Amino acid sequence: MALFFKGSADGGTFPRGVHPPEWKTYSEDAAIEVVPPPQKVMLPLLQNVGAPSKPIVKPKAMVAFGEKVADGGAFVSAPLHAPIAGKVLKTGVITLANGRHVSAIPIKGDGEQLSGRALYDEILGGEWPKDGFEKYDIQEIVDAIQGAGIVGLGGAAFPTHVKYVPNEKKPIHTVLINGCECEPYLTSDYRLMLEAPEAIVSGALVAGRATGAKEIVIGIEDNKPKAVETLRKAAAGTSIQVAVLKTKYPQGSEKQLILALTGKEVPVGGLPLDVGIAVSNVGTATAMARAVLRGKPLTHRVVTVTGGGIKNPKNLLVPIGISLGELIDFCGGLTGDAARMISGGPMMGFSFTDLNSPVTKGTSGVTILTSAEVKKAEETTCVRCGRCVDVCPMNLVPTKLALASRHKDIELAKRYNIMACFECGSCAYICPASIPLVQLVRTGKAVVIADGKK
Amino acid sequence: MAEKTKQSESAPEKAAPVLHVAPSPHLSSTDLTTRRMMIDVLIALAPVVAMALYVFQMYAVKQLLVCVVSCLAAEALFTRMRGGDLTLTDYSVSVTGVILALSLPGTAPWYVGVIASFAAVGIGKTLFGGLGMNIFNPAMVGRAFVMIAFATALGASGYHDPAGTVDAVTQATPMDVFKQSGVVAPLWDLFFGFTNGSLGETSALACIIGGIYLCFRRTASWEIPVGVVGAVVVLAGIGNLLNPGSQWTVLHHLAGGSLLFGAFFIATDPVSSPLTPKGKLIFGAGIGALIMLLRVYSGYPEGVMFAVLLMNSVTPLINRWTIPRPLGAVAG
Repeated sequence: MALFFKGSADGGTFPRGVHPPEWKTYSEDAAIEVVPPPQKVMLPLLQNVGAPSKPIVKPKAMVAFGEKVADGGAFVSAPLHAPIAGKVLKTGVITLANGRHVSAIPIKGDGEQLSGRALYDEILGGEWPKDGFEKYDIQEIVDAIQGAGIVGLGGAAFPTHVKYVPNEKKPIHTVLINGCECEPYLTSDYRLMLEAPEAIVSGALVAGRATGAKEIVIGIEDNKPKAVETLRKAAAGTSIQVAVLKTKYPQGSEKQLILALTGKEVPVGGLPLDVGIAVSNVGTATAMARAVLRGKPLTHRVVTVTGGGIKNPKNLLVPIGISLGELIDFCGGLTGDAARMISGGPMMGFSFTDLNSPVTKGTSGVTILTSAEVKKAEETTCVRCGRCVDVCPMNLVPTKLALASRHKDIELAKRYNIMACFECGSCAYICPASIPLVQLVRTGKAVVIADGKK
Repeated sequence: MAEKTKQSESAPEKAAPVLHVAPSPHLSSTDLTTRRMMIDVLIALAPVVAMALYVFQMYAVKQLLVCVVSCLAAEALFTRMRGGDLTLTDYSVSVTGVILALSLPGTAPWYVGVIASFAAVGIGKTLFGGLGMNIFNPAMVGRAFVMIAFATALGASGYHDPAGTVDAVTQATPMDVFKQSGVVAPLWDLFFGFTNGSLGETSALACIIGGIYLCFRRTASWEIPVGVVGAVVVLAGIGNLLNPGSQWTVLHHLAGGSLLFGAFFIATDPVSSPLTPKGKLIFGAGIGALIMLLRVYSGYPEGVMFAVLLMNSVTPLINRWTIPRPLGAVAG
């Protein structure tokens, strides 16, 4: 059964959505730089959706680069590995960029560290095969992914092996590799597509082998023609298709990408595998390739440090657990008019205050916005213009959700399907009255969840 | 770390940026504000106002001034009484004033405009809680009030002003003439607007120009005028088929009376119309159907005002009927 990919004919997309300014120009031409190994990293025990990881090392233990320091706490969880060689210190508590306080394993650097070009080659370089994947046993692949601690690197941090574990009831017929990077400012996926296309292709083929999927499609927005070209070249001779999608936010959202490419709707509260699809980010694909082909764990990732508020915007290859402050320092520090530090992109990222907050597996960027960039008009009354309805990619009525939230009206919130919202921020971006719709929806969801537990 | 997070609100030194936190999204579209939407409406009304000034001259000047000034005064008075913030600067009251003036005949005495304005802003808006809270279109509330209170000044009979210098003003409105004597006005006069009527309703052309601008800017939702016009075309078409001898054709129904003014400028008031595209279509079609019902069967020659007010009252219901199906939800 051949699926019809609207995207491969160029300009495929999903209904509604918004067009925020892209601002990729800050960092799109900056090649990935390797950050020097830090003195210390903090590995939070909760970096993924699901259960926290369980430490398996004692303080004062010496660990090597890539050595496992924590096991997955459950099936939906992931192990952690040391991104630098050194000594484990006493477990401490750290504030993540999203405001959660979680335990973390500190590792103090000790001994010889891999750095610079050698580290880049270790993570992304070398030969990445385009064939011969039949020799890998399916369970072997899934075990390798699970053992490497891979989670979705696009930001959601959902443990990747869960998507690829063989499931007879819900077989996967299509693997989508997500290279949309629809968040404004961020360019980490873009640089990865330009610099390591072979690794992405290998990863996509690994995913294809694991699932037995008939179709493997890499989706890229049409504002990245160079990435499209590079990946088409890298994927030549394989079964992989590269689909070009219209540049629109939130095109990179899993459900919107699936809708745009296959016309299928992921059920509310469900997963892509419910419609026979697995979606992984391009960064995740490289990690999968590295785990399966080379047996190496996830220890580093690419992070964009960008925005008008940073002196030298860059794309960096960083060890997981390095502090966000160190990344800011490495990029020349903040400018005088910096106004907000965000972990992630400006549409869905979290503004943080603690420079000691670590990079986690889901950190795709650090965006520093200036006061001009975050300027917002004063909030006024809703005049029910319906713009939020016009842009909502989930087809919700955000202003009603906000009203329900303000009045703590659980019945109204449920009637308007508040739990289907994934907080992309399109409504709050467009709202002529500058109503903090996303914030209100979050509060409303919390009220609905609390009510459900009663 | 050279630069430390500063959360104090004291004046920042040049080198140390003041950082703050906020929930996502951190960007917001700046090209669209409530105020900008109201200004859009005023821009779209410009051709209608220009046509009114051209045809009715001093009558139009007087009515516009009376209504806009009265509406602003009423808003200032009532918001002060409520102890709320003055919202004169968002232009929403000016829009109400202009639309009210354009929906009144130029010959209506000054106090009619004043009373209509105070009823519009007071009963139509402030009573419900001000901007964004009203159930009915404020301008139509004001007009309905004076329509009943001063029926002779703007009722169903024509406007016979002996001192009138403008030809049009001395005539009965085309809808009246047709209702009373079956005489049909030339279509081109209805289209360009050289007929009598309320200030804004006479020129179909001006309404179309302004209306298209509004829809293009997405300040008005195109679904509403399409619904209104669609329903009128269908119903008037059926009427023509049943009664082929009638001179008052579908096109007369469209260009005559305040249909297009109502469809583009009154029915599209976002506050009192539904939220979803589907709801807007239903709302528009309902208005169109009620207009035809009132035009054909009621004692009034025109029914736009009552049709809009009636459908305003159904808006919350329509919203409830048209809750969209979220992506991935099971239908039903």
